[in-house]
Amino acid sequence: MKRSWFAGPYALWMILFTIAPLLFVVYYAFTNTQGAFSMASFLKAFDGQYLTILWRSLYLAFLCTVLCFIVGYPAAYFLASKDFSRSQTLLVLILLPMWMNFLLRTYAMMSILEDNGLLNQFLKNLGLNPISILGTQGAVLLGMVYNYVPFMILPIHTSLKKMDVRVIEAAQDLGASPVNVFRRVVFPLSIPGVISGVTMVFMPAVTTFAISRLLGSGMFLLYGDLIEKQFLELNNWNFGSSLSMIMMVLIIISIGLLNKADPKKEGSGVL
Amino acid sequence: MKKWGKVILAIVLVAAMTVLLASCGEKKTADEGQTTAKAGGTITVFNWDDYIDPAVLDLFKEETGITVKYVIFTTVEEMYAKVTAGGGAYDVIFPSDYIIERMIKEDRLLKLDKSLIPNYANISEWLQSPDYDPNAEYSIPYMWGTVGLLYNTDLVDEEITSWSSIFDPKYQNNVFMLASYRDCLGSTLCYLGYDLNTRDPKELGEAKDLLIQQKKDGIVKGYLVDETKDKMIGGEAAIAMMWSGDALYAISEGEGDNLVYVVPEEGSNVWVDGACIPANSANPAGAHAFIDFLCREDIARMNMDYIYYSTPNQAVIDHMTEEELADETLVPPQDVIDRCTFFHDVSEYIDLYESVWVEILG
Amino acid sequence: MNKRSGGLFRFFKGTYLGLLLFFLYAPIVVMIVLSFNDAKSRARWGGFSFRWYLRLLERSDIMNALWVTVSIAVLATIVATILGTLAAIGTHAMKKGWANAMLNVAYLPMTTPDIVTGVSLMLMFVFVHMSPGYWTMLIAHIAFDTPYVLFSVMPKLQQMDPNLYEAALDLGCTPLRAVRKVILPEVMPGVVTGALLSFTMSLDDFVVSYFTSHTEKNLSMVIYSAARRGIEPSIYALSTIMFLVVLALLLIINRRSSLEEVS
Repeated sequence: MKRSWFAGPYALWMILFTIAPLLFVVYYAFTNTQGAFSMASFLKAFDGQYLTILWRSLYLAFLCTVLCFIVGYPAAYFLASKDFSRSQTLLVLILLPMWMNFLLRTYAMMSILEDNGLLNQFLKNLGLNPISILGTQGAVLLGMVYNYVPFMILPIHTSLKKMDVRVIEAAQDLGASPVNVFRRVVFPLSIPGVISGVTMVFMPAVTTFAISRLLGSGMFLLYGDLIEKQFLELNNWNFGSSLSMIMMVLIIISIGLLNKADPKKEGSGVL
Repeated sequence: MKKWGKVILAIVLVAAMTVLLASCGEKKTADEGQTTAKAGGTITVFNWDDYIDPAVLDLFKEETGITVKYVIFTTVEEMYAKVTAGGGAYDVIFPSDYIIERMIKEDRLLKLDKSLIPNYANISEWLQSPDYDPNAEYSIPYMWGTVGLLYNTDLVDEEITSWSSIFDPKYQNNVFMLASYRDCLGSTLCYLGYDLNTRDPKELGEAKDLLIQQKKDGIVKGYLVDETKDKMIGGEAAIAMMWSGDALYAISEGEGDNLVYVVPEEGSNVWVDGACIPANSANPAGAHAFIDFLCREDIARMNMDYIYYSTPNQAVIDHMTEEELADETLVPPQDVIDRCTFFHDVSEYIDLYESVWVEILG
Repeated sequence: MNKRSGGLFRFFKGTYLGLLLFFLYAPIVVMIVLSFNDAKSRARWGGFSFRWYLRLLERSDIMNALWVTVSIAVLATIVATILGTLAAIGTHAMKKGWANAMLNVAYLPMTTPDIVTGVSLMLMFVFVHMSPGYWTMLIAHIAFDTPYVLFSVMPKLQQMDPNLYEAALDLGCTPLRAVRKVILPEVMPGVVTGALLSFTMSLDDFVVSYFTSHTEKNLSMVIYSAARRGIEPSIYALSTIMFLVVLALLLIINRRSSLEEVS
């Protein structure tokens, strides 16, 4: 029995439940409400106002990914270092919030950030000026980082943990400074983890909805909201499908580019 | 590796715990399944969450032997999509007015047999011939309400009577708009003196410009639907565009009496959630019995008390207390009804509405 | 690095992780507090009360949703873990072109916006006359979970010494046995990560479930639908119980195993 046959069941599964359903999306994207072939909804997706929303989504998702990296890398690094006896517990504690319902957590975040919310009551008690952040891109960004930072920490932690300690020791023995050890040895070796972290944060961030409604007070749309609206509010499935297709193509291109940055091709879809 | 085992163990234990926790809920459904076999069958009711007094379902089963499977939807468009996608065997559905109109046009609803719904006589006269279903052949009103403004008297020191307040720069960063394209555009069209069902791009364009200006001026604090009521209780803004049902929630759940609901003098939208039977219902007899049951005075009263929306049941209104009758949000007076209009289906003009709406929300 | 700066660094690490945990847990604390709020609205504190916990006993719909959520998450995780691990082992042994094709297709569910996954599956289920309910929801969950397993196991296979498997064969192992005895133990951490991710994704999913099940509902669906009439704090009460149970279990298990390590 050939080992590659092991992939058979999933290959079949994907044909049935991944590829076949997506053909329906393509079908809807290129038809009109009467079911006849039409490019109208596809072309409409390139109107200025939709491109603005697309651009905003990509921009926020990019910022979110960068922030998650800045916040998440040190956390993963600290957790992977040997002098933390309870790192496994801590890692689970970082994942645990994700087991609580996402909408409930976002509602709670909203209760904290409101004008009369907990944060402002706290600031008032300290004698400071209250701040109004709900309804801004900053609040949406905060919500995204809150939700997706564990997805950055987990794969980076895995790749750091898997690292051969002897390589690091060798570098130290050869007289490399701690900064150089990190820059020349540790970081390059953790790149596959970073890449999958970036992928896992960027993808959901770019398609997110509900966060912009709850924390952005609906003051601006993101692409995910736009798609959601087509299906749930406006009942315009053809246009919704066109928007989804464009989004998918864009994500696939950006992941392709990202994987180009991985020198050893180890990160070709690595977690 | 060994440490990862813990995590798996934790998952397994959580699963075990859930089985235990949920077993009571499960048992109940199993019981229901058993009795079904004995008595008058089952109907599947497709409605909003928490939009019926659960005791009504129990009573119905007690009296008729018919078991109700209560399935919930989150938006009417979702309901429409699921009913029209087929596959589902729903027996009673609760679409709102313009969806009823659309479904009638598309032949998706069963013509009701009024002889099986004797309690239909209880329905208020003005709702017996609504213009979305002119002879009430396909739908029976279940709950109804208006669109208006809820304002906080601690933050507003005038009496609000007009839509103009939500365009007044005085309320900088103090107005919540309803994030529903029909309501938001419809109210603005009313304010401008146009028909809220307009299909004229010029009129819609004017409404759009006004709404964009309102946003630019920094008056709008947010475009929300479900979240607004709690925010108004929390005093987050002075004025909010709202459905009367949500306003009743905010007024009754909030503390004090600082929240006031008003239907602006320029006119507004009146909405109805109706009970209908889909054309492919598997148990139309049970569905008719259920709809008739909902129209019964005592049952309609139970539902009104539980849901706390305006009831279309005249028999219930006739027996209300003085205090209830005085509440204009719960029992809108005739002059309010007279200045309100139903929405009509604009799905053929959806591209027009959609692009205007997206431009506003941007 | 001298000892003192090492201590300072440790302190910094602890503070950093502490702040991160504070950030992650602040909303959860708010949720817990709201579960004891006597008022229904989250915007008003009506005094301390246990009534939403008692109310939970009456809400068989919430309990049923909890059952659906967890049973789907467990079943989907089991199937996805098996499918995904086998697929990773198979893909690893493929020629480069085929392997790339396989991985790229497996990427699709991860790159598709949830709503599209949900809608497209619904369209297909309806097309083949499967009425959307529990089983279609399960299929959908397996479909979006499996790539997470596949992509957690792949790197472990790539890090593995390829000669190990060959050596096992040379020493007389059958290919099946070699996979079980040599490859599986080596990729196990990846399998566990994948399973954990699958479980997490399933547990929290709203959109895909929403479209692929018309009759059975999970917790997220109940919460989304409840928003219209105001979220009843009994849902916060349930979340609080779930959270505390999971936390307690983790701490107990952790304590046990560290005791074992000591002895």
